Parts: sequence; C-alpha cells; structure tokens
Amino acid sequence: MGRYVLRRLLQFIPVLLGTMFLLHYLQTVSIQINGNPITALFGDRQPPPQTLAAITTAFGLDDPCLQQTGNPCLGMFLDRMSGYTQGDFGVDFNRQPITRLIADAAPVTVRLTIIAVLFESLVGILAGVVAGIRKNGFADNFIRLSTTLVISVPVFVLGVLVQIGSGLYVGVWLRDNGAPEWLSAAFSVTYQTDHPWASLLVPGVVLGAFSLGFIARLTRTSLIETLRADYVRTARAKGLSRRRVVGIHALRNSLIPVVTYIGIDLGALMGGALVTEGIFNIPGVGGLVFGSVAAGETPVIIAVVTMLTLVFLLASLLVDVLYAVLDPRIRYE
Amino acid sequence: MSELATAATAGHTERSGSLWADAWRELYRNPIFVVASVVILIVMSWAVFPTLWTSTGTDGGTCELVDSRLGPSSEHIFGTTFQGCDMYSHVINGARPSIIIAVLVTLATTLIGVALGVIAGFYGGWLDTVLSRITDVFLGLPFLLGALVFLALLGEQNIWTVSAVLVVLSWPPITRIMRGSVIQVKALDYVEAARALGASNMSIIFRHILPNSIAPVIVLATLYLGGFVSAEATLTFLGVGLQIPEISWGITVAQGQDYAIAGYPHLLIFPCAALIITVLAFIVMGDAMRDALDPRGR
Repeated sequence: MGRYVLRRLLQFIPVLLGTMFLLHYLQTVSIQINGNPITALFGDRQPPPQTLAAITTAFGLDDPCLQQTGNPCLGMFLDRMSGYTQGDFGVDFNRQPITRLIADAAPVTVRLTIIAVLFESLVGILAGVVAGIRKNGFADNFIRLSTTLVISVPVFVLGVLVQIGSGLYVGVWLRDNGAPEWLSAAFSVTYQTDHPWASLLVPGVVLGAFSLGFIARLTRTSLIETLRADYVRTARAKGLSRRRVVGIHALRNSLIPVVTYIGIDLGALMGGALVTEGIFNIPGVGGLVFGSVAAGETPVIIAVVTMLTLVFLLASLLVDVLYAVLDPRIRYE
Repeated sequence: MSELATAATAGHTERSGSLWADAWRELYRNPIFVVASVVILIVMSWAVFPTLWTSTGTDGGTCELVDSRLGPSSEHIFGTTFQGCDMYSHVINGARPSIIIAVLVTLATTLIGVALGVIAGFYGGWLDTVLSRITDVFLGLPFLLGALVFLALLGEQNIWTVSAVLVVLSWPPITRIMRGSVIQVKALDYVEAARALGASNMSIIFRHILPNSIAPVIVLATLYLGGFVSAEATLTFLGVGLQIPEISWGITVAQGQDYAIAGYPHLLIFPCAALIITVLAFIVMGDAMRDALDPRGR
C-alpha cells in the first residue's frame, strides 16, 4: 500500500502543474486573440490610451508576450505559480484581493455542498440498499425507474421547476397558514441571510439529486454483487440473521465504490453549485464565477476556477489514498 | 435481422459477431429499448426535418408581441413564448442545435478516445505514461466549470465553439476506458495466437483488439449523447452557450424562467419536457445497451 500511495503522490505533481498550466495557457490565448480584457471594463466609452496602459500595467497584463498569438508566456506562468504558493491569487477589477472574495463566498457554498452530500449519500445509499436486497421486486423497479428519471433531468431544469414548485406554491401556502419563519425560509424563492441553513435546504436537495441517482444505482449493483460472494453465504450458513449479514458483512464491502464516487463527485457538485447558486440567487463561489463571467473579469474567473480545481484535485488524491486503505486488494499494478 | 446477417454486416470475426448478435437480439426484444429508439428517431427528425412537424419554418415563424405568453389553444397548441412566438415551433426547432452538438461531439470524442486509448493500451511504455498523464490533466478540470471558463474566455459562442469545448473536456474518460479495455483484451490467448501466426500490429489491432474491446466505449458514447444534449442546454441557460436569435431549449427555458414565476407555467413545462424526454431516451438506451453488451451485469 505504501508504494501505491507514494506513486499516487508523485503522479499528483505533474497533473497539478499541467492543469494549472492549461488554465494559464487558456487565459493567455484568450487575451492574445480577443485583446486586452481591461477594455471590456469601459464598454463604449474607452479611456485615453495612457490611462488604459497604466491600468493594464497595474494588473500585470502588459507583458509583451501577450501580443504574440500562441506564445505560452512561461514567465507569467512562473510568476503566477510563485504568487499562488504565497497565497496571492491576484485582485479583481475593483482591486479587491480575490482570496477575500472567495473567503466571503466559500462558507455559503460549503454549507450548500454539505447539505447536498448528506442528502445524496443518506437517501441514495438507503434507496440502493432497499433495491439491492429485493432485486427485481416492486421497490427495486420503482427505485430503478425513479433514479433513471432523476439522472435524466438537467440540474438547471430541476432547479427552475423546484424553485417555482416549492418557492411559489408551497412557500406561499406555508406563509398564509402561519408556518414558523424558518420553515417558510426553507421554501422561499431565494437565499435569505437570516436563515443560512434553512434557506439552502431546497437548493441543496436540487444540487444533490443527480448524484443521488448514481449513488443509489451504484449501491444497488455493488450490494447485489457482494451478496453473491462466498463469505456472505458462509455467514448465512452460520445462522447469522439477515439483518446482520446485509448490514455488517455485505454493506461494508459494497460501500467502497460508493465512498469513492462521493469523493470524485465533488467536481460535479462544483459545476452544479454554479447552476443552483445562479437560479436561487445564492451569494456563493458559484455566484462569484457567474457574476465575473457576465462582467468579463477574466482574472477572477481564472483564480476562482484554479482554486476550485485545486480542491477537486486534492479531493481526488485523498479518495485514491483512502481507497487503498479501505480495500487491501488495491495495489499498484 | 437474422443472426448471420448481423454478424456479416458487422464485419467482425465470428467470436465477436456472436457477441454483437446476442446483444442485438436481446435489444430488439426489449420493449424499453424499442420505445427509447422511437423517441430518439422522432427527436432526430425534429432536428433534421423540422418542416415535417411545423409549418412555421426553421426560424420559429413570425412572432407577434400582442400574442405574448398566451396559454395553449387550438391555434398555438403549446401556447406562445414571451415574445409571442409559437411555443410548439420553438420546441421542434430547439432540437436541432442540441442534436447537432451531441452527435458531433460524441463522434469526435469517440474517435479521439478510441485512437488514443488503443495507442496507450496496445503500445504501453513511455507513450502510455505520457498519454495517461495528459488525460489526467484534462480530467483535473471539473466538467461544467471547465466548459464555462473555456467558453467565457473564448468570447465567441456558437455551435462550433460549444462543440469544440465539449470535445476538449470529454475525450479523457473514453480514452481511459478504451485503454483499460485494450489492456484486458491484449492479454488474451487469441491475440497471442495471431501474433504467433505472424500478424502485424495493425491487423491485430483492427481485426482482434478493436472489435473485442470497443463495447464499453459504445455504451458510454450512447450515454454521452444524452449528457451532451443536457450540457448544451445547461451552458446555453447559463449564458455561455448558444445566443439569441438561435433557437435552443436552453434559451427558451432561460427566457421562460422569470415569467413562469409570474403565473405562466406553460413557458417552462413544454421546453423542459422536450429536454427531459430526449435525455431520458438516450440514457435508457445506453442502460439497455450496457445490460445487453455486458453479461456480467445480469
């Protein structure tokens, strides 16, 4: 196992640098083709060239390599990497440090993600187990059908429909019938700062719905496979109760791929958070990316996506290492 | 189609021919697969021949602002949009960009993924190491986030740029699966036998490796089709995909969103239903194909 973990750690370094470089190269090519992003700040009324040049220099976008299409601007990349190691992710067009923007937005997204992960893993595993122990029964068919349906609905469609259903019809009904404030906050159309958890409940469920379908299916397949294993038969032959055989012996082993999936799913959740936060007006990291895309603030987009990618890569690394710990059969080739 | 004919048209060796023939026989007897295929054919015909379904033409017909947000009626069976256009015609015409993008991107990613997967899996060595690390780099970008950044930075958003960005972000999983599948098949006895008979690398790859290792990729490609329909609509909804005056389900949903809250649910119901049914049909089809092609799942 030690060898596997070591190799996985060594592989992590080129992948990390490669992904960072990919994002950097994308930005330089975009500037080389589309021109100076600073001009986008001013729209129709462009400032005098001297002012423009001064602002461009202040944002470090005056490097001559940005004039040469295709030049990877390695010097800029090295500067950027050394900035990242010192926690410097640059500033936005209002000269606010991007790290501070993210620090303000991150807690909201973290709460949203926690709700989504809890919802998808609890309900997903439960549904998967119910379907798996009675293969081809009514519950199994029902769960298979509904998970396929859930997987087929794009997050934004679900978000828009749920927002109207829960926010408009249920929410108004609750308010009219004097429900407690936190409950009507949970079913409101937008995020409310007074209720930081309750008003994220419905968006969190929307965010987790897609992965819920996958987790339920994965748990089901994995449990069915494990229940066929010899050691499960042995446990039954010993006279252990069905509950103990399924709950302790089979489930523990069949959850290994599920745990891995939940870890890898973080990347999909980040993309989904972007959509959900946009629809429900949630001031999280997704909302930040969304706003900077609309405003054309490339430094913010690149910095935030770089940070999110870092989180994603670290989570994948952690999952791989955890996988080796959980499953002693995993060895490096 | 008889078993023999399938094997002959598929043009594979007898062994793989029987795998495909078995799968085909199971599929066309599966009512769920048949229904999904019919739905997909219908949506494809919306995309290729929209005039068969609606007389308003491919631009969505004339829009009268006076007719804004009308409910379903005999004249406009799905009602009208915010701009007073016929919703039915928008639903039909909205299929085209989604289907074009989904088919283009799936074909391109499958070609790239299979080629790179075969090279990495068959030749191994440093080529495999380099290709695998490049795959890892592209897998390191979360899909939707990556697509959003790419499109936002490109600054030009149309069918071709959206397709290109989706291809750039989605070839790695296919490459990985193909590589794994090739490595598995490469170790089998009949490959060894072919090599002992003096077959060249190329003939081993095309006659033995490819037909026997491509099944998981075909299943994934079918699921991808649904995924790309959904991805196009999502990116368009977020404002970095197709732009007005293009007609697309993502745009129709984005425009309907605000007014549906104000009490015009038909602005959302019809485009959302079209989108969900299309994606569902592709996913159900992919699932059925996986069950048929992968006997272990039974």
